Amino acid sequence: MGKPMQVSRFWRHFKEKYRLIGTKCKKCGKIHFPPRQVCNECGSREMEEVQLSGRGKVISWTIVRNPPSGFEYYKPYPLALIELEEGPIILAQLTDVEPEEITFGMEVEMVTRKIREFNEDGIILYGYKFRPPVK
Amino acid sequence: MERAVIIGVGMTPVGEHWKTSLRDLAVEALLNAMDDANIDGVDSLYVGNMISGPFVEQENLGTLIADWAGLGHIPAVKVEAACASGGAAVQEGAKAVMSGLEDVVAVVGVEKMTDVWPSDATRYLAYAADAEWELFHGASFVALNALVMRHYMHTYGYTEEDLALFAVNAHINGAKNPYAMFKKPIKVETVLKSPYIADPVKLFDASPVCDGAAAVIITTPEKAKELGIPKEKWVEISGMGRAIDTINLANRKDLLRLKAAEVAAEKAYRMAGIAPEDVDLFEIHDAFTIMAALSLEAVGAAERGKGAELAKEGQIAIDGDCPIQTMGGLKARGHPVGATGVYQTVEAALQLRGEAPNQVPDAEVALTQNIGGTGSNITVTILRRV
Repeated sequence: MGKPMQVSRFWRHFKEKYRLIGTKCKKCGKIHFPPRQVCNECGSREMEEVQLSGRGKVISWTIVRNPPSGFEYYKPYPLALIELEEGPIILAQLTDVEPEEITFGMEVEMVTRKIREFNEDGIILYGYKFRPPVK
Repeated sequence: MERAVIIGVGMTPVGEHWKTSLRDLAVEALLNAMDDANIDGVDSLYVGNMISGPFVEQENLGTLIADWAGLGHIPAVKVEAACASGGAAVQEGAKAVMSGLEDVVAVVGVEKMTDVWPSDATRYLAYAADAEWELFHGASFVALNALVMRHYMHTYGYTEEDLALFAVNAHINGAKNPYAMFKKPIKVETVLKSPYIADPVKLFDASPVCDGAAAVIITTPEKAKELGIPKEKWVEISGMGRAIDTINLANRKDLLRLKAAEVAAEKAYRMAGIAPEDVDLFEIHDAFTIMAALSLEAVGAAERGKGAELAKEGQIAIDGDCPIQTMGGLKARGHPVGATGVYQTVEAALQLRGEAPNQVPDAEVALTQNIGGTGSNITVTILRRV
């Protein structure tokens, strides 16, 4: 499964991974996820945090059948590119959906789910996944 | 600026080298290249390697390989640009010669991937992706390429069968290359019947995990003359370009555009003073069939969305208008990641010397394109018969 890394490596990203906080460029208005220090559109360093809605549409997806070590237990799992309604595209696993139900443009919303566990030292990693909206 | 010519090439067969270590593969390729150039020393060594640390617990490859090849107290360094490490190392070597600081330079690309479990290899390769925003979510490189492939097929109306043609072409050419890992032609059905690794990428859309090393010797034309290297053996590095794109695929402005390759190709064409239609053969980075299609578009061999069309029209074959992967490409020759860019250079040089087992008739100009990450670090090099 691979050894767990320093806990700090993961908690430093709680804001983004649990709450989907991105950055917005104060100069050109571009919204980034993950957050950036420098705008990759206009080069400005003036950023402000922005709360993303967590709603978006699937623009492509795959089913991971031969995962990197550490993810063997979870295979197969769907991984998708989701275009958020604010603009940024985000890579995440899909959940609560059968592979054959996934379609182009399918609406999804963010949920917080377990990403993986490590065997011996007991760290459990959580983060965002996306699912079809609960009606 | 000096000009840079390749005066010697060498390689090991690509495969699962259970009996041979990283250092022995590298030294074998390097000595082959030095023998080809008929020299017994070099001024400097550049090693292209992506990820020897996790794969074989060895870094400091410049020292290791120069030491084991008996090259004395020369400067030696490893160049890393993910799967484009080999292409980048060739360019760094050429730059050293062009700058006039080093006369005779050796470049060796090497990767030893089969000493670890396959799922660990999958993990280590993904270190070239974005660790915090891609690998964290369980993305493998295959998966990231699969996302691009599905999007490409959907956008331009291609099928899995269309893209399989790139693998078929690679295997036809690989079958004639004694150094290729796979020397067996395959059919479209072979690709279509192979299992999904990350849908829609099937096993036969993907290049293999393997071991190998390749090397070139670079110097100036003046020094080549002084060393008595016959001119038929000279292959000039006439154009070079290199560029990056976002490390995270999701942050790309356009998911179906290898912008880094476009920028790199433009620089290389300008430096060489040629246009895409002057190129006689392309050795592109077909780590996955989708990357062959996108690469052809990025280097100007096809219009946007028409890369796969070239395969359908049969133009990518040796006797077509746009021959690619003349020795099997990454798919059939194999893809020992950090070595691949140097293999491409060796193969292109053999074509231009007229010594390729699968010769493109009267080839004068070749282009190599080497991709690191999911299109995030790309080298384009143009080679010319002198």
